[in-house]
Amino acid sequence: MTFSPELEARFADLMTHYPQGRHRGALIPMLMYAQDEVGAITPDLMEELAKRLGITVLQVDEVVGYYSMLHKKPQGKYHVQVCTNVACMLLGGAELYDHACEKLGLGHKQTQASGKFSLEEVECIGACSWAPAIQVNYDFHHEVTTAKLDQILEGLQ
Amino acid sequence: MKLYNPPSPLETRVVSRRFGTENSWRLDTYLATGGFEAFKKATGMTSDQIIDELKASSLRGRGGAGFPTGMKWSFVPKNVEGPKYIVVNADESEPGTCKDRLLMEHDPYQLIEGILIAAKTVGATKGWIYIRGEYRYLVDHLDNVLKEAYQRGYLGKNIAGTGFDFDLYTQIGAGAYECGEESALLESLEGKRGVPRIRPPFPAVSGAFQAPTVLNNVETFSAVPEIIRNGGKWFADLGTPKNGGTRLVCLAGHVKKPGVYEVPLGMNMMYFINEIGGGMRGGKKMKALIPGGSSCPLLRADECDIPMDYDSMAKAGTMLGSGGMMVMDEDTDMVKVALRIMRFYKHESCGWCIPCREGTTWLQKMLARIVDGNGASRDVDLIGDLAKNMLGRTFCPLGDAAAMPTISIVEKFRPEFEAYVAKNPFASSELVQVA
Repeated sequence: MTFSPELEARFADLMTHYPQGRHRGALIPMLMYAQDEVGAITPDLMEELAKRLGITVLQVDEVVGYYSMLHKKPQGKYHVQVCTNVACMLLGGAELYDHACEKLGLGHKQTQASGKFSLEEVECIGACSWAPAIQVNYDFHHEVTTAKLDQILEGLQ
Repeated sequence: MKLYNPPSPLETRVVSRRFGTENSWRLDTYLATGGFEAFKKATGMTSDQIIDELKASSLRGRGGAGFPTGMKWSFVPKNVEGPKYIVVNADESEPGTCKDRLLMEHDPYQLIEGILIAAKTVGATKGWIYIRGEYRYLVDHLDNVLKEAYQRGYLGKNIAGTGFDFDLYTQIGAGAYECGEESALLESLEGKRGVPRIRPPFPAVSGAFQAPTVLNNVETFSAVPEIIRNGGKWFADLGTPKNGGTRLVCLAGHVKKPGVYEVPLGMNMMYFINEIGGGMRGGKKMKALIPGGSSCPLLRADECDIPMDYDSMAKAGTMLGSGGMMVMDEDTDMVKVALRIMRFYKHESCGWCIPCREGTTWLQKMLARIVDGNGASRDVDLIGDLAKNMLGRTFCPLGDAAAMPTISIVEKFRPEFEAYVAKNPFASSELVQVA
């Protein structure tokens, strides 16, 4: 499996971060950065990282299964994450999520057939004082109303 | 760099003093405003002297547990062979908490200087800032800052000409509340599932890669430079006698001016909510609040006229936790709050120990049954009993974190649960199935 030169450089740098013989520590960062490039955690990717780190595919797989941001299926070009945890819930997070479902025609962890949008109801994303909050891919949006959500979604092409 | 909420004139800004100023995150700005004076001072002090200053400051861990920082650092064994490490907990996942974000965004060098002082104190040579994956923009931001720090000689070999060497890296997480628990974080740093370790040994003795490790929250490390620069007593005197210093409080919920504010420990909670937070929205009355992240027992409005310090909160049966304060008005459905809290803990339980894995699952089922109108009379007691049976029976505090708010909501707002149950015509029937 081949990666971009930027990702290869990142991997090479990561491998220097850990004590001698303990470079398995690079696994989670490698999965996160590779997922951004590959689009999902594919079987090929798991095999490649296992080989590079000298661990089994199962050791990679059990990690992938544990962390909520690692996914085996590709998400939409724009992954919309709506927080409904307490601070957001108090200020309309659940209603915002319902609105997003309706607007996008999607439910929790679903992706549009066109591949443009995917939706996820997420747990606290650390924007409680500026609730309700959403993330689109890695971008935060604070104090989101249904009107503001429409505007954000319509601005994404 | 812009702030997400305007500051209040009633704050006492220590760790947040550079927030919102132009280029606050650049090394030159940091150096022009007292930056690295503390590190230079620390290089002329012995480890015991540094730890004594921290003890005098009465700084306690700002991640949630509130353990005295000076004591934590003193547990790292002195005369042992092999490497020692520093790990920064920037996982910030406790619902209600959004302060470490700002410290990393606006004043990353303050964090770096705190880390360097810790490294110098215990003789560590390497460190990682473990940042939750959702904060990807901060990982990229800190990577740039670290690059500048290396180029300018504030990381790497012979730091600032002191002869001290230290390497620092970011480590991105991948979405797991449990990894904010220190031993699970260490497992994750080693490339594994974030399940907690049995303790002892504590990280100070066997932490990252089984080496002695100082592991603290972002805010804790960030408070260290000002403590060393101005003295422990100076910091302690900002608060009340036994609860020194300032801390960031993340105010959220039904208040007029939610935001992250730095206040001295011991400030009256109602004064904080009314004067800094602007009071309740829409002329509503306050019903309850979660004082320090969703793991804390809730307080009714009539219990909130107390000083915000560790001792007063303990006396009120709750804690300051991670500083995530969520205020609820009179219209809030407390049963739904209890359910939403439990849904979170059920989702985040790592599944390693049964009382937590099964406890959160069944509590969520029972709470959902009540909200759905199918609750039985016996459920209300059963929820309380089950939650109490989780306390202290798990490897890590996640089980307690799920149980504590639940117990308090059932005890303090029992009539709301009973009102739900009363609407179910079959509530007293023996035939009502358990889940």
